[in-house]
Amino acid sequence: MRSKLLLIGSLICCALASWLLKGFNPYYYDILISVGIGIILATGLNLVNGYTGQFSLGHAGFMAVGAYLGSALSLEIQFGYPDWPNWAGDAFYWWPWDGFLTVVEAVLRIAVWLHNEFVTVTHSLPDTARFVIALFYGGAIASIAGLGIGVPSLRLKGDYLAIVTLGFNEIIKVVIQNAEPLGAQRGLGGMIRQTNLFWTFGFAAITIYAVLSLVNSTYGRGFLAVRDDEVAAEAMGINTTKYKVLAFVIAAFFAGIAGGLYAHFKQFITPEGFNFLRSVDIVVMVILGGMGNTVGVCFAAVLLTILPEVLRVFAKSEVLDRIIHFIYQGLSTEHFATASAKTRELFENRMILYSLLLIILMLTRPQGLFGGLGLPRRREQVEKK
Amino acid sequence: MSALLQLDNVTVQFGGLKAVSDLSFRIGEGELVGLIGPNGAGKTTVFNLITGVYRPTSGRITFREKSVVGRRPYKITAGGIARTFQNIRLFGSLSVFDNVRCACNMHLSHGISHALWRGGGFDREEGEVERSVMELLEIFGLAAERDLSCRALPYGDQRRLEIVRALATRPKLLLLDEPAAGMNPTEKQELMKLIRFTQEKFGLAVLLVEHDMKVVMGICERIAVLDYGQKIAEGTPAEIRCDPKVVAAYLGKDAE
Repeated sequence: MRSKLLLIGSLICCALASWLLKGFNPYYYDILISVGIGIILATGLNLVNGYTGQFSLGHAGFMAVGAYLGSALSLEIQFGYPDWPNWAGDAFYWWPWDGFLTVVEAVLRIAVWLHNEFVTVTHSLPDTARFVIALFYGGAIASIAGLGIGVPSLRLKGDYLAIVTLGFNEIIKVVIQNAEPLGAQRGLGGMIRQTNLFWTFGFAAITIYAVLSLVNSTYGRGFLAVRDDEVAAEAMGINTTKYKVLAFVIAAFFAGIAGGLYAHFKQFITPEGFNFLRSVDIVVMVILGGMGNTVGVCFAAVLLTILPEVLRVFAKSEVLDRIIHFIYQGLSTEHFATASAKTRELFENRMILYSLLLIILMLTRPQGLFGGLGLPRRREQVEKK
Repeated sequence: MSALLQLDNVTVQFGGLKAVSDLSFRIGEGELVGLIGPNGAGKTTVFNLITGVYRPTSGRITFREKSVVGRRPYKITAGGIARTFQNIRLFGSLSVFDNVRCACNMHLSHGISHALWRGGGFDREEGEVERSVMELLEIFGLAAERDLSCRALPYGDQRRLEIVRALATRPKLLLLDEPAAGMNPTEKQELMKLIRFTQEKFGLAVLLVEHDMKVVMGICERIAVLDYGQKIAEGTPAEIRCDPKVVAAYLGKDAE
């Protein structure tokens, strides 16, 4: 009950903040929205990578599905029916293969028909309603994709699963690069900018609520049991298959929503924007925050989104001037000029500094910023309470 | 006595190796049966066959008149067989309480929607789970440690916790895989008491794999002896102790 009130409270706060910050500095507004989207992505992925212990490297793929299909709905893009190429010609007829192709084609046709119908149905709705429906639509399709990737995850573990999910990410990218109605390699633009603070942080709050309330129930403890020991979990009556697939589906749903928010915020998306590097960004947030620690992961999402911008501002600030003066005060004028120029250069190449900070953080806290703060390890600690 | 668990001519083969061959035995309702044998005799394999981790190459395994062959392990557990592991397999990152709570998972009537919505039914059910878990922990003297990480427990308590966790699935048959491994004589004494107490309190049948003869002879009503995957003897502890085949398997034959 308390958690539900908290959710409603934070939704009201989001609405208020969104209303108050209407004329806010657009640069800061941009960063804020990126932070919100980062939180949704990282919290969702944390359910898979952190709580369920399945290493997924394809989260940007789900985001791409959500972004493109959400935009397809709000831009009223209708797809043509697939014209299945007769690759081998009539000379080659082998019933299992042809049968398989027929089934695939039928499924695709039904999917396209459903999409086109849905676009027609939502055509007359007001823009905001269409935007929200587009978000959920993108999320739903992404979670179907999550079901598809959850199935191989039943057989694979660790590195192998990471590679399969990475490949899945690339497949989605390549499919979009070849999908002419979605703008192919040129990218897709023209969405109305409807993402605001309310929707972004509202969905971030919903994501956090969903993940936390799942994990903090007897039902959701199954995710953690699967991570800790699959054999024991199965022996304790936990359907490990169901939990793994469920984690993927839920994470993909929220990634799809984040993708939709991103698309209706940047108003232009390219397939390259959802490549492997984007996935790694999200994984870094999860690892830095501490696997399976939602508060830490949210914090890391904020930190990693803001840090590059802070460094950008810092490289041009007077503070850096003063620091340079302070460090090199003993040097001769000539040496001072070279040294300060070099230092400034380092700060201007902020991504180097960003990576350095990441390396230092991971070396000093390999369990993540907030990792390992969960349970008391010794008896005394309990008694002290 | 009706058979709770029955194995008929069970064979399992890994490549050229017959880990268990032509094994038949039965466990009655509420019986305490021991399964012993030298190292590598196939005792743990028998456990894995019963709990569905391995699938027998041939033969039948029936539990409460229903075949368990080919069923997924979690379904077999739901049917009423619970087990512990030779090397402790607790959920390392969870607290003592949560370890046991996980095992209540399959008795929940609610699913994901309840966990997300958190209505009145959810609270009631979580309350019930908490009560039953605490009851179990209290019986086994682990209630004070409920919020500790299970890794922080001493070795003997971890073994105990594993038994508690298995009991939380509300089994009819409990399989204990070397529960006395690594324990000192006092702990072993306590364990024997604990096993007997559990069996009586919950009306369970227990199948016990154990190397320690004192423990096995002390509490089992019936003992089966495995060697090279075959059952070489079965009987009361007194019979087993004098059986020449068993002595030969453990100590080797006379060089005649």
